[in-house]
Formats: sequence, C-alpha cells, structure tokens
Amino acid sequence: MELIKMTGITKEYPGTVALKDVDFYLKKGEILSLLGENGAGKTTLMKILYGMEKQDKGEIYINGEQVSFSNPNDAIARGICMVHQHFMLVPAFTVTENVIAGIEPTKNKYFVDHKQAEDRVRELINRYNFNIDADAKIESLSVGEQQRVEILKALYRDASILILDEPSAVLTPNEVDELFVTLRKLQSQGTSIVIITHKLRETMSIADRAMVLRSGLLTHDSVDPSLSSVQELSELMVGRLIRLDNRQPSEKIGSVMFSVKDLVVKDDRGVERLKGISFDIREGEILGFAGVEGNGQTQILEAVTGLIQPESIEMTLNGEIITGDARAHIDCGIGHVPEDRSTMGLVGGMSIKSNFILGYHGYPDVCKNKLMRWKEIYAFGENCRENFQVKTPNIEAPVSSLSGGNQQKVVMARVLSREQKVLVAAHPTRGLDVGAMEYVHQQIFDFRDQGKAVLLISAELDEVVRLSDRLMVLFEGKIVAECDPTEFTKTELGLLMTGHSVETVRGMAS
Amino acid sequence: MINKIQLSDKTTNFLIALGKSSLALVTALFIGGVIISLGGYSFVEVYVSIFKGSLGTSRGLILTLATATPIMLTGLGFALGIKVGIVNTGLEGQLYAGAMIAALVGAYIPLPSGLHTAVALLAGGAAGGLIGALMSLFKIRFGAPEVITGIMLNSVVMFFTSYLSNVPLKPEGAAAAQTKEIFETARLTRIVPRSQLTTALFIAILMCILVYFMHKKTVWGYQMMVIGLNPRAADVAGINSSYMYTAALSLSGFMAGLAGSGLVLGIFRRFIEEVSSGLGFQGIPVSALAGHNPLGVIASALLFGALEAGSLIVNQSTAIPFEFVDVVQALVVVFVAAPAMITDPFKFVCMKIRKRRLTDAISEVPHEEGE
Repeated sequence: MELIKMTGITKEYPGTVALKDVDFYLKKGEILSLLGENGAGKTTLMKILYGMEKQDKGEIYINGEQVSFSNPNDAIARGICMVHQHFMLVPAFTVTENVIAGIEPTKNKYFVDHKQAEDRVRELINRYNFNIDADAKIESLSVGEQQRVEILKALYRDASILILDEPSAVLTPNEVDELFVTLRKLQSQGTSIVIITHKLRETMSIADRAMVLRSGLLTHDSVDPSLSSVQELSELMVGRLIRLDNRQPSEKIGSVMFSVKDLVVKDDRGVERLKGISFDIREGEILGFAGVEGNGQTQILEAVTGLIQPESIEMTLNGEIITGDARAHIDCGIGHVPEDRSTMGLVGGMSIKSNFILGYHGYPDVCKNKLMRWKEIYAFGENCRENFQVKTPNIEAPVSSLSGGNQQKVVMARVLSREQKVLVAAHPTRGLDVGAMEYVHQQIFDFRDQGKAVLLISAELDEVVRLSDRLMVLFEGKIVAECDPTEFTKTELGLLMTGHSVETVRGMAS
Repeated sequence: MINKIQLSDKTTNFLIALGKSSLALVTALFIGGVIISLGGYSFVEVYVSIFKGSLGTSRGLILTLATATPIMLTGLGFALGIKVGIVNTGLEGQLYAGAMIAALVGAYIPLPSGLHTAVALLAGGAAGGLIGALMSLFKIRFGAPEVITGIMLNSVVMFFTSYLSNVPLKPEGAAAAQTKEIFETARLTRIVPRSQLTTALFIAILMCILVYFMHKKTVWGYQMMVIGLNPRAADVAGINSSYMYTAALSLSGFMAGLAGSGLVLGIFRRFIEEVSSGLGFQGIPVSALAGHNPLGVIASALLFGALEAGSLIVNQSTAIPFEFVDVVQALVVVFVAAPAMITDPFKFVCMKIRKRRLTDAISEVPHEEGE
C-alpha cells in the first residue's frame, strides 16, 4: 500500500485552476520527482500535503487513514516536513539553536536543555554523515550546508517524509552532488522524499520515479527516469518537442560595435573586483562570460549599464563614447535584462502594464508633456503581451501575480520591443522551465541576428555555451581565457573557471 | 469588455479599503464605548454629544470643517512622503516654518489685497518645503534617516520661531508670545463670519485633488510609485531617486507649510507660539486612515475633524472628561495601523465555517465513491 495517497485534489484560485482532479501517491522509501513547468501546480500540490494550503476538493490518506491538515504543525506531527526554496534560518544562531527552535528540549520546565539538544543534533549529524559543525553559526556556512541544516530541522522533528521545493535552485553543481549523496543516505534509512523540480538532469540522476504535472493536470504518474532521456522528459513536461542542445552560431558577424577598455572596479572596501578588463563585441555577435559567481560578473553588469561609476572605463558604442548614469546608458540603446528580475527588474506591486514601460517611462510614446498616456500604454502593453506570449488574463494585475517565466518575459518584452543596439542579459533564464528557457534563448538569437551585439552573463554553463558566439572566462576579476565556446569541454571550462590556466588545461587534454 | 474588468477591479479595491477603514472606526467606537462605560459614564451620551457637536448643529459642522482643514494638509503631506517610501516626521516643524514666514510676509510686506494672501501662502508653503528639501539633502548626501532628522528639525524650527515671537518680533505691550498682526490685505476670507472656517479649506481640498492627479497621471507620480515600491528597480530603470526624494519631500513640506500659513492668515492673523499643537503629527493617522490616498485624506481629515470638534462639545456640555474622546480617536488609529487586529478575528470565524463545510464534504464523499 502507498504511504501517502491523495485523490481527486482540486484547488482553484480566483481566475485560475491551480490543480484539477490530481491523484498523487508516494511509496515508502522512494525518491519521487514531481516534475512540471513553472506554474504547473507542483508546489501547490505539496503545500496542500504539508497543510499550508487547503484543497477545495479531494482527500489525503496516510497509510490508508484519511487525514485533514489545517496547518503545517498537523503535517509535521504526522512526519511530513517541507524544506522551502528560501531557507528559514536565523543567521546569528548556531546550527543546534536553529534546529531546536520551536521545540526546544527543557529542563526544570523553563530552561533550555542545551546539552540534550546538542547531543541529539550531533547524533543526527553523524548518523547521516552531514559533515557540519553543530556549534557553527549559520552565517558562516555555505548555502549547501545551510540546506543541510534545513533538512536536519526536519529530521529532528522525526520526519519520515521529506518534501524539497526546488532544492538545487540555489546550489552550485558541486553542492547539488553533495545534496544527492545526503538524499541517498536518507533514503537508505527509510525516509521517503519528494523533490519538486523542473530540472531534468536532477530528476534523471536521483529519482526512482517521476510524476509530471502540466497546467494543473497530472499527465503521467509513473515515469521511470532511468528509461527516459532529457528530451523525452522535457516533452512530457511541456507537451511538445523542446530543443535546448543545438547551438545556433551567428552567420554574419560584422565590425566592432560595443567596446569596453580598461575596466577597473573597486568595491566599498577598496578591493579591486575587476582588474582592468577589456572586451569588444561585434555586430551580430553574442559574447558570453563564464565564471563562478562572485568573480566580477556583477561589476561588469553594473559598469556597462551605468549603475556604478568605475575607477576607470572607456566604453564606446559605434565609436561614440558613453558616459553618465543609468539613464544615459538606457537612452544610448543599451537594453538591460538585470541579474535578479524581482529585486532589480520589476516592481512587484505595480501592474504588468506599468512594468512594461519601466525605464522607458519618459519616452514620447509613453509620456507627453509630463503626463502619462495611459491609453497608449495600455495598447502597448496588450501588444507586448501578445508578441511575447505573457500568460495573464489581465495586464492590470500586479506583475508579482505572474509565474517566474512570465515575469522574465515581461522584462524581455520591455527591452526588446524598443530599438536597442546592445543587449546586456544577465542570467536570462534563471529559475525558468525548459519551455520558457527555449523561448528566451530564441529571443536572444533573434535579436543578435538583426546585427546587434549581446553581452551575456550566466551561471549556467550549458546556457553560456549554447548561446555564445565567443566565450570569455572570468576568474577573480580578470579574463583568464577567450575562446570559441566549443573549444573546451565543460569539465575543462570548469577548471578554467576555478583558476587553472589555459596551458595547464590544454596540457591535461593532450 | 476589458475596460469593465479594469473598473470593477479598481472599485473592489476601493471598497475593500473603505470597508477596512469603516470597520476600524466601528471597532474603535465599540471598544471606546466599553472603556467609557468602565469609567462610569454613559457612552450613549458621549456619542450623541460628539455627533451633535460635530455634525448635528451648524456650529458643530463649521467647527468640524475648520478643524479638518490643517490636518487635511498635513495628512496630504504625510501621504506624499509615503508614496516614495519616506516617513516625514518633520511635518510639525514644517508647519511652524510656514506659519512664521506667512506671518512675516503678511505683516511686513505691504501688497495689494488678494495678491498679498497668495504671496504669503506661497511663501509659507515654500518655507515648509525648504525644510523638507533639507531633510532630503541630509538623507541622500549623508544617509541620515529622515525619521530622525525630521524630529530634530521640528525642535530647531519650533524653538527658533518661539524665540522670534518671544523676543525680537514681539510687538510692544503684547502679553503672549506673538508677532505683529498681519495687514488686512493678507487675510484669508472667513467663509462664515466670526468662525474659524476659512477659504483655506478649499485650498486644502484643491491640493488633495492636485496631488491625486499628479500621482495618477504624471510621469512624476509614476516615478514616485516605482521608488516607493522598489528603489533598486528605480535605479536600474534610470530614475533619479535623489531628485524624486527631494521633490516628494519638498511637496510634503509645502503642504505642512501651507497648513501653518492657513492658520495664521485665516484664524490667528499673526504668528502665535501655540499655532499648532501636534497638527503636523496628526497628519500621520489622517493619512493612514485614508490608506495614504490623497482623495481619501479629504474624508479622513473630515472624520478626525468631527471627532475633535465633538470632543470640545463633550467637554462643554457634559461632565465627561473629553480625554475619553481622545481615547476613541487613538483607538481608531490603532485599528487602522493594525488592520489584522480586526480582519484576523473575521478570518478566524470564516476559517471555522469553511472547516466545518470541508469536514461535511469529506464525510459525504466516500458514499459517492464507495467501491
């Protein structure tokens, strides 16, 4: 019999059906991947199981016994724990303090029994080989370690069913591997695990079984990942053929269009984050920067979009020097798709319509005699919505009501529906599912094919390699390699990104 | 079709906001009633005399409108700050600055009638705006939090104007601290003779409408909204935040300055030390009750004006200490500031009902699907 069974789960939100008659089951000791595009209803389904949301229809059974949770505490009492995408830890507390918070063991009724707490936490760390120090402060831990603390919290509460929401979204590839080791270990001790994800490689490498949700409907409930290819899985998820592995190199690269020389950036403490880098981008070319995050990518972005004034820079666009603030850079035709759409790119509380014109709000088609032309803006927004396939019933709705992929489409639409010369795109597909990713990639290709220049920064190696016509590797504020994207294998690029020289890497290859 | 949806969306939002504010008012009246009863007085008597004193008689109505005028302007000033995410705590000082400058222009610069009033009003407003601009300068140049600089500037302005009206500008023979009486040409017209109700009320209402228009229709309003909701995104979008902060705080201070000028030119006819006793700070609850909406400020200022006018009558016509009315006023603010205090109990009840329905539904379903 199944450990958990959910039958006929239906959940409606005003205007949308999040889940429609979904049947879900989980067997004891299995790792299940809940697969689906952004907004397919994966998280909603699990929130219902965890007692955070209430289903409109349907029943939940644990070991055949019907249950009804009104809040997460009820679920935790039955051994179900959920680790959220954004961690809920107190940075200034130690691992132990974080783990016991809320259910502290006491002595003499009022005092926290630190000894007992620590012993128990240590014992758990050892049993599952978590390899973290129970006395370490959270702020001193890496993101991967913090995630283990979150899992530890669940184990401390005797969780036998663990739900992980997009566990790899915040992790580096190495940390993802470590997480998988941890999950295998948990599995071997009898824990059942649900991973909510839209990443296919992960599903294939860890899950015993995959269930696929598409637009609130359960389309496949028992896919064996070991028998499927990435291609097949993405087809199941999106409902059509997705190609993300083919490169589309530029067919026509012209003369230098955008050039940056001697870029030096110091941070607040006077440390040089960029040590005098120079690069050119030609017409019809995508220049990609690969590198481990924190090696100067942010500084490049801020410098070429005018958000900071670097120590030194000489930037030209079609031979003309560009200086000034962010406004001046936007007006020059440098389109910016910022690193983080929610904090930098969009105003969550503002309507979709108003977000379509952000940054271009002073342009004559939007604003005349200092008055906003709301009628024209509405028409423009409707146009954007149609051309860029933003899925929303109403562009007057707040932009925060959109899924991540659709939010990114709003950012892309804003930039690409105006005359731009250069596109500066940072992590353009972060958090997007394969369908949206394919779409955004195509938009970038199309922009380049108009003979424009693109500067691409992404933490996803696959993405940089696929999109770029030329690749630069960034390490500690310097460009350590410039190459054709296919010149090196991904492993070799990984070595370059971590500070190995081109010679060493070439030597190893031959 | 789409336009219809749009409208109904806006209407529902408006109705929700209105409902919340009304609920806050009702709850405050209820709890205030309990407290009054605990004090051994009849809350019916209090509420009846508040009503009579504020709306029930023409005298009460006039007093209500007069009291509402300055707090409408300071409330508008507060709302202007909130739009860009700034809490302007300096409204009181800005009001004093406006009052003093208006009194000086009114008393020392002879100008033709009408023009004189306008110049004095504008000068007073500008004085308040200047203090606001100063706060903005401190914020953007030195990173000083505006809440602190606002409070400190209040002291600077209030004590300095107090000095001026006590020592150098005090007319000979005057008993209390004050400045010379303004020329008749500078006076604001009284709508009702020998009352405190002046044309400043129309100015206040006009300002609310103008600011509403600015927020909704102009590119300034758009930029202010972006800054207030997400300052980082404003930077990325090339919006000059420093400029907009200064604009918003200057306008905010201008409204407070205008409030002070209105009091001097319309009611006192000179600067007096007690020109305001917390009218600047009263702008905060006025704006909060209105959900920081400039048009809402008109209504909420009238409500606070009514409570204030009512409390005077309570004091005159009953034995009940008017502090009880202050209690009710304070409760209104508390419930507006903490909407969850009223909405949560409702949610709780709704949840209980929903839960019962669900358990009913669950117990029914197996029969339908029983195999």
